[in-house]
Amino acid sequence: MKLRTALLGAAAAFALSPMAAQAERGSDGHLNIIYWQAASIMNPFLSGGTKDTEAASMVIEPLARYDENGNMVPWLVNEIPTVANGGISEDLTSITWKLTPGIKWSDGTDFTAADVVFTANYCMDPEGGCQQETKFSDVTNVEALDDLTVKVTFGKPKPFPYGPFVGVESPIIQAAQFANCMGASAPNCTAENFGPHGTGAFRVTEFKANDVISLEANPFYRDASKPAFATVTFKGGGDAASAARAVLETGEFDYAWNLQIDPTILTQMAGGGKGTVVSSFGTSVERLMVNLTNPDSALGDARSTLEGGPHPFLTDPIVRTALSVAIDRNLLAEVGYGAAGKPTCNVLPAPAIYASTANDGCLVQDIAAANAMLDEAGWARGSDGIRAKDGVRLSILYQTSTNAVRQDTQALVKQWWGEIGVETELKNIDAGVFFGGDQSSPDTYQKLYADIEMYTNNFAGTDPEAYMNSWTCGEIPSPSNNWLGSNMPRYCNPAYDALAAEMGKTSALEDRARLAKAMNDLLMQEGAMIALIHRGDVSAHSNTLAGVKMNSWDSELWNIADWTRQ
Amino acid sequence: MLNYTIRRLMFTIPVLLFISFIIFLLLDLAPNDPTGNLPMTIPPEVREKIRESLGLGQPMHIRYFKWCVQFFVNEPLNIIDQWFNTCTWGCEDRLRVQSWATRSPVVDLIVERMPQTLWVVGMSYVVGILIAVPIGVISAYRQYSWFDQAGTFISMVGFSVPTFFTGVLLIVIFSVMIPSDSMFWFPSIYDTTHKVTDWASFGFQIRQMAMPVFVLALYNAAQISRFMRASMLDNLNMDYVRTARAKGLKERTVLLVHVLRNSLIPVITVIALGVPQVFGGAIITEQVFKVNGLGQLLIIGIQGADIPLVQTLTFIFAVLIVLFNLIADVLYGILDPRIRYD
Repeated sequence: MKLRTALLGAAAAFALSPMAAQAERGSDGHLNIIYWQAASIMNPFLSGGTKDTEAASMVIEPLARYDENGNMVPWLVNEIPTVANGGISEDLTSITWKLTPGIKWSDGTDFTAADVVFTANYCMDPEGGCQQETKFSDVTNVEALDDLTVKVTFGKPKPFPYGPFVGVESPIIQAAQFANCMGASAPNCTAENFGPHGTGAFRVTEFKANDVISLEANPFYRDASKPAFATVTFKGGGDAASAARAVLETGEFDYAWNLQIDPTILTQMAGGGKGTVVSSFGTSVERLMVNLTNPDSALGDARSTLEGGPHPFLTDPIVRTALSVAIDRNLLAEVGYGAAGKPTCNVLPAPAIYASTANDGCLVQDIAAANAMLDEAGWARGSDGIRAKDGVRLSILYQTSTNAVRQDTQALVKQWWGEIGVETELKNIDAGVFFGGDQSSPDTYQKLYADIEMYTNNFAGTDPEAYMNSWTCGEIPSPSNNWLGSNMPRYCNPAYDALAAEMGKTSALEDRARLAKAMNDLLMQEGAMIALIHRGDVSAHSNTLAGVKMNSWDSELWNIADWTRQ
Repeated sequence: MLNYTIRRLMFTIPVLLFISFIIFLLLDLAPNDPTGNLPMTIPPEVREKIRESLGLGQPMHIRYFKWCVQFFVNEPLNIIDQWFNTCTWGCEDRLRVQSWATRSPVVDLIVERMPQTLWVVGMSYVVGILIAVPIGVISAYRQYSWFDQAGTFISMVGFSVPTFFTGVLLIVIFSVMIPSDSMFWFPSIYDTTHKVTDWASFGFQIRQMAMPVFVLALYNAAQISRFMRASMLDNLNMDYVRTARAKGLKERTVLLVHVLRNSLIPVITVIALGVPQVFGGAIITEQVFKVNGLGQLLIIGIQGADIPLVQTLTFIFAVLIVLFNLIADVLYGILDPRIRYD
């Protein structure tokens, strides 16, 4: 059977090889994609969910996007503006994009600078609830200098001005189509939000919200020989395991996204020979956030705030180091993540130029050393085996969201910490509550009414500046800012803030990399966070599908125009 | 009877209003956040703005009142306009109940989901009944025979083995192990865009419905056949059965005309009460086979804290349950002349 298929495949390849040289749009028929989280809307400005932005990426495109290695590639422009080629002003306050001439929308009209300007105004409208607003932070003005030139002006020098119109979260929508959808009326434009006109390889023929999208090749696509597929079905529903099965076992689908399932099951499914598991690594890191303030419930409103005072024992750097050293990150990666995770000691593990190697000592578990450290620091074991000093017991409440892998990790970590005389109480909270911003709930990750919490965070694109700013003093969540802020450890170090301020003024890439590394090292060595796993994205594609370049920096479907059937 | 029905119908109005308020209250008090599922790269300030743009900044009673106006006034008006192609008061800027996740009218989403739910879940209900009634009749008539024992065993299996197990088991057997060019191969993923236009596409529709319908029908049949059997057993020992036999009626007539008709009365009530579940969809089976009907819509709404969607769907289920309770009561009166409500 297999041999026969192989022979037939070889014969078909021979028969088709002369054709392949002059590939034709739509010659490869139908493509089936399954995203088990179904897409709800095709407008990424109204839904920041990955499933929605990636579904939209087949249709609408940014001016420049990131390739599989995290490098910026010009997409609807001929070159990336830089200071050197005059695209970025000397004072770093403006960037000028020159659009490629001749690009058309899927309705046949011309793609112009007016569309780009409209997109910016659409997202920056204060009443629209635009979910990608951060892409346009500090933008004061976007104007069309002529039909093919757009100038973006910032209110302050922007060393990295590639926020607007770059990457999957910031595509261009058509001005003519969305003209009546500005501001408060944005959500009511159902037809527009479900079927945006785009410059991309495909256009929507039917959109069933939370279910399935049917697409066809865009007849006005800029490359006459692409895309190779005539039609696409983008199906949603089910769970990660059934999506994996549909590609790797039954072969009904060609591409399945986000297969975060038990690594052994995935390997077993891939053994069937119908498909291939692919992974790539972006910036996601599973980490422990160490609460440096006191979460004691007796403090009432001052709980887990700077006003409530320092944590009784986690402010001791020896304790934080011991907790980190006691963890076997290799085992955590193997048990919970397989191809989708590797151990890390950095909160900023990628892109490569920003990755520090100064903290790699933590990659090796050393329970004996951790014990010795604590002994030396005077944390003596009590009769129950739990260490204490001056009446303070090392007893930790360790919380995270409800998720099988996270609970496995919690159990393992609890065991290792037990071996160094630290008592751990585990708690898991429904993800909707934990990551939700409900002010009345005591269980949100911002409030951190616990000693340690674990989750994954990352940043979009490749520039870590905004991400590293998360741990400056001003970002500490507290009742006074409605718990809005991303500095969960409540870490406040003037030296760190100085580095962050310096990065805001530096534009040379090497200097930015040096600063980012220094900030990462400070966070890691001071123990504000304990990095565990550098998490990747895992997808699978059928063996008959060629051209997939798994990408963690942009949409996984970023190069769908180049996908072909083998 | 007519008076009774009208009285009951009048009474359902305050009941339903009360139910809608309770649902709203429960959803409002439950800890959830429509921005909770967004990527972590979206900062908290932007999340706050998104929540405000969804209207979450307003006090609860105003939000409830708005929903009531949208659902009880605007949606019916919209249906009238669509049917008669008219434009009654301000159809241009009439606010309909909008889903937060899809930013589209909730009622349109529900209408879009109806076909697959009615086809799959409805068909499984019909198939279930068609299997269950004969099994129940024979099992009761030949009580403790091998047929009865086998029927009891199968209904116990159908009743106690969860659909997420039987569903995945069927997929592993019929979609994975059987090669896809065999006629015994069935698709594991339901194609909701499929349109029946000729015999071949009808055949495909049957194939893709086969597994989910089988899984659900097994479950439904298990329940109904037990009711049918018990009801038959009650009636078989009645005096009128002995009288019928003594009159010299054929056994066939005794069983199928006298006993079956009387035994069906309670079973029909049970069946009528089960119909709202058909519209509720089958959350688990729909997820397993990606049928993406009403059940999947509800579960996605719950996961994404899409409150208007969940509120509207649960309320429609409540309406159906109240209605079918009434229908069951009325049917009971019609089928059994001994029962009078007036």
